[in-house]
Amino acid sequence: MAKPTAKKSEPAQPEYPLTTNAVVAPIVGWLIPGAGHLMLKRYVRGILLMVSVVAMFLIGLGMQGRIYKPNGGDILDILGFVGDVGAGALYFLARFMDWGSNLAATAAADYGKTFLIVAGLLNFIAAADAHHIALGKKP
Amino acid sequence: MSITLSHFTAAVVFAFFASIVFGITQKNSPKEQFRYGLYCFAMFVGGVLVAGWLMWLIRR
Repeated sequence: MAKPTAKKSEPAQPEYPLTTNAVVAPIVGWLIPGAGHLMLKRYVRGILLMVSVVAMFLIGLGMQGRIYKPNGGDILDILGFVGDVGAGALYFLARFMDWGSNLAATAAADYGKTFLIVAGLLNFIAAADAHHIALGKKP
Repeated sequence: MSITLSHFTAAVVFAFFASIVFGITQKNSPKEQFRYGLYCFAMFVGGVLVAGWLMWLIRR
Protein backbone atom coordinates (compact mmCIF):
# COMPACT_ATOMS: atom_id res chain seq x y z
CA MET A 1 0.00 0.00 0.00
CA ALA A 2 1.39 3.29 -1.06
CA LYS A 3 1.98 5.86 1.60
CA PRO A 4 -0.11 8.99 1.23
CA THR A 5 2.12 11.72 -0.05
CA ALA A 6 1.84 15.25 1.13
CA LYS A 7 0.47 17.51 -1.54
CA LYS A 8 2.75 20.23 -2.68
CA SER A 9 0.96 23.29 -1.45
CA GLU A 10 1.59 26.89 -2.21
CA PRO A 11 3.10 28.96 0.58
CA ALA A 12 0.31 29.88 2.94
CA GLN A 13 -0.91 33.41 2.50
CA PRO A 14 -1.47 35.30 5.74
CA GLU A 15 -5.14 35.77 6.47
CA TYR A 16 -4.59 39.47 7.04
CA PRO A 17 -1.68 40.62 4.89
CA LEU A 18 0.41 43.47 6.26
CA THR A 19 -0.23 46.63 4.31
CA THR A 20 1.39 50.06 4.41
CA ASN A 21 -1.67 51.45 6.16
CA ALA A 22 -1.41 48.75 8.82
CA VAL A 23 2.06 50.06 9.69
CA VAL A 24 1.49 53.79 9.21
CA ALA A 25 -1.95 54.11 10.87
CA PRO A 26 -0.87 52.98 14.37
CA ILE A 27 2.24 55.19 14.24
CA VAL A 28 0.18 58.22 13.18
CA GLY A 29 -2.44 57.28 15.78
CA TRP A 30 0.24 57.13 18.48
CA LEU A 31 1.74 60.48 17.51
CA ILE A 32 -1.63 62.25 17.17
CA PRO A 33 -4.36 60.55 19.20
CA GLY A 34 -7.26 59.49 16.94
CA ALA A 35 -5.43 60.40 13.72
CA GLY A 36 -4.90 56.73 12.84
CA HIS A 37 -8.66 56.25 12.72
CA LEU A 38 -9.16 59.50 10.82
CA MET A 39 -6.60 58.33 8.27
CA LEU A 40 -8.62 55.14 7.80
CA LYS A 41 -11.79 57.19 7.29
CA ARG A 42 -13.30 56.22 10.66
CA TYR A 43 -14.09 59.86 11.36
CA VAL A 44 -16.51 59.56 14.29
CA ARG A 45 -14.34 57.05 16.12
CA GLY A 46 -11.22 59.10 15.42
CA ILE A 47 -12.72 62.31 16.75
CA LEU A 48 -14.10 60.58 19.86
CA LEU A 49 -10.72 58.97 20.57
CA MET A 50 -8.91 62.24 19.99
CA VAL A 51 -11.24 64.17 22.30
CA SER A 52 -11.03 61.50 25.01
CA VAL A 53 -7.24 61.11 25.05
CA VAL A 54 -6.48 64.81 24.65
CA ALA A 55 -9.04 65.75 27.33
CA MET A 56 -7.60 63.23 29.79
CA PHE A 57 -4.08 64.47 29.10
CA LEU A 58 -5.05 68.14 29.51
CA ILE A 59 -7.02 67.45 32.68
CA GLY A 60 -3.99 65.59 34.03
CA LEU A 61 -1.79 68.59 33.26
CA GLY A 62 -4.39 70.93 34.78
CA MET A 63 -4.29 68.89 37.98
CA GLN A 64 -0.51 69.45 38.09
CA GLY A 65 0.20 65.82 37.30
CA ARG A 66 3.77 64.66 36.98
CA ILE A 67 5.36 64.13 33.57
CA TYR A 68 7.79 61.25 33.82
CA LYS A 69 11.20 61.27 32.18
CA PRO A 70 12.87 58.21 30.66
CA ASN A 71 15.83 58.32 33.05
CA GLY A 72 13.91 58.52 36.30
CA GLY A 73 16.17 55.94 37.93
CA ASP A 74 13.33 54.05 39.59
CA ILE A 75 11.54 51.13 37.91
CA LEU A 76 8.16 52.69 38.72
CA ASP A 77 9.31 55.93 37.12
CA ILE A 78 10.19 53.99 33.97
CA LEU A 79 6.70 52.45 33.94
CA GLY A 80 5.24 55.92 34.40
CA PHE A 81 7.31 57.09 31.45
CA VAL A 82 6.01 54.21 29.29
CA GLY A 83 2.45 55.26 30.13
CA ASP A 84 3.11 58.95 29.54
CA VAL A 85 4.90 58.47 26.22
CA GLY A 86 1.82 56.67 24.89
CA ALA A 87 0.25 60.09 24.40
CA GLY A 88 2.72 60.67 21.55
CA ALA A 89 3.15 64.27 20.47
CA LEU A 90 1.29 65.50 23.55
CA TYR A 91 4.00 64.00 25.76
CA PHE A 92 6.84 65.52 23.74
CA LEU A 93 5.05 68.89 23.71
CA ALA A 94 4.59 68.73 27.47
CA ARG A 95 8.28 67.92 27.94
CA PHE A 96 9.33 70.65 25.53
CA MET A 97 7.11 73.26 27.18
CA ASP A 98 8.00 72.00 30.66
CA TRP A 99 4.34 71.47 31.59
CA GLY A 100 3.24 69.41 34.56
CA SER A 101 5.03 69.19 37.86
CA ASN A 102 8.02 67.14 38.89
CA LEU A 103 6.54 65.77 42.09
CA ALA A 104 3.03 64.63 43.01
CA ALA A 105 2.86 66.87 46.06
CA THR A 106 -0.93 66.88 46.52
CA ALA A 107 -3.76 64.37 46.14
CA ALA A 108 -4.99 66.27 43.05
CA ALA A 109 -1.52 66.04 41.51
CA ASP A 110 -1.55 62.30 42.17
CA TYR A 111 -4.86 61.99 40.31
CA GLY A 112 -3.39 64.18 37.56
CA LYS A 113 -0.44 61.83 37.20
CA THR A 114 -2.90 58.93 36.81
CA PHE A 115 -4.85 60.83 34.16
CA LEU A 116 -1.64 61.46 32.21
CA ILE A 117 -0.49 57.84 32.36
CA VAL A 118 -3.90 56.41 31.49
CA ALA A 119 -4.32 58.85 28.58
CA GLY A 120 -1.11 57.41 27.13
CA LEU A 121 -2.13 53.80 27.75
CA LEU A 122 -5.55 54.37 26.17
CA ASN A 123 -3.80 55.89 23.17
CA PHE A 124 -1.73 52.71 22.82
CA ILE A 125 -4.99 50.72 22.71
CA ALA A 126 -6.40 53.14 20.12
CA ALA A 127 -3.26 52.76 17.98
CA ALA A 128 -3.56 48.96 18.15
CA ASP A 129 -7.22 49.30 17.13
CA ALA A 130 -6.18 51.39 14.09
CA HIS A 131 -3.74 48.60 13.19
CA HIS A 132 -6.54 46.00 13.34
CA ILE A 133 -8.84 48.15 11.21
CA ALA A 134 -6.11 48.65 8.60
CA LEU A 135 -5.47 44.89 8.52
CA GLY A 136 -9.16 44.23 7.98
CA LYS A 137 -9.63 42.32 11.24
CA LYS A 138 -12.15 44.90 12.38
CA PRO A 139 -14.74 46.85 10.38
CA MET B 1 -4.26 76.52 34.11
CA SER B 2 -5.19 74.73 37.27
CA ILE B 3 -8.03 72.25 37.66
CA THR B 4 -9.33 71.16 41.02
CA LEU B 5 -11.64 68.17 41.03
CA SER B 6 -13.05 66.27 43.96
CA HIS B 7 -12.17 62.60 44.20
CA PHE B 8 -15.62 61.55 42.99
CA THR B 9 -15.71 64.04 40.10
CA ALA B 10 -12.24 62.96 39.00
CA ALA B 11 -13.37 59.33 39.07
CA VAL B 12 -16.49 60.08 36.99
CA VAL B 13 -14.52 62.12 34.42
CA PHE B 14 -11.93 59.35 34.25
CA ALA B 15 -14.67 56.73 33.81
CA PHE B 16 -16.37 58.77 31.07
CA PHE B 17 -13.32 59.13 28.82
CA ALA B 18 -11.91 55.66 29.50
CA SER B 19 -15.32 54.12 28.69
CA ILE B 20 -15.44 55.92 25.34
CA VAL B 21 -12.05 54.48 24.37
CA PHE B 22 -12.91 51.00 25.66
CA GLY B 23 -16.24 51.01 23.81
CA ILE B 24 -14.69 52.06 20.49
CA THR B 25 -11.71 49.75 20.65
CA GLN B 26 -13.23 46.58 22.07
CA LYS B 27 -16.38 46.18 19.96
CA ASN B 28 -17.15 46.23 16.27
CA SER B 29 -20.55 47.77 15.52
CA PRO B 30 -21.59 51.24 16.73
CA LYS B 31 -24.48 49.76 18.74
CA GLU B 32 -22.17 47.29 20.50
CA GLN B 33 -19.64 50.03 21.10
CA PHE B 34 -22.25 52.29 22.71
CA ARG B 35 -23.58 49.50 24.91
CA TYR B 36 -20.10 48.38 25.97
CA GLY B 37 -19.12 51.97 26.71
CA LEU B 38 -22.18 52.37 28.92
CA TYR B 39 -21.40 49.06 30.63
CA CYS B 40 -17.81 50.12 31.33
CA PHE B 41 -18.97 53.49 32.67
CA ALA B 42 -21.50 51.80 34.97
CA MET B 43 -18.83 49.37 36.20
CA PHE B 44 -16.32 52.17 36.84
CA VAL B 45 -18.79 54.36 38.74
CA GLY B 46 -20.40 51.37 40.46
CA GLY B 47 -16.95 50.21 41.55
CA VAL B 48 -16.20 53.64 42.98
CA LEU B 49 -19.46 53.65 44.95
CA VAL B 50 -18.96 50.10 46.25
CA ALA B 51 -15.34 50.85 47.22
CA GLY B 52 -16.50 54.06 48.92
CA TRP B 53 -19.12 52.28 51.00
CA LEU B 54 -16.63 49.52 51.88
CA MET B 55 -14.17 52.10 53.14
CA TRP B 56 -16.94 53.77 55.13
CA LEU B 57 -17.76 50.40 56.76
CA ILE B 58 -14.11 49.68 57.52
CA ARG B 59 -13.72 53.11 59.09
CA ARG B 60 -16.63 52.53 61.52
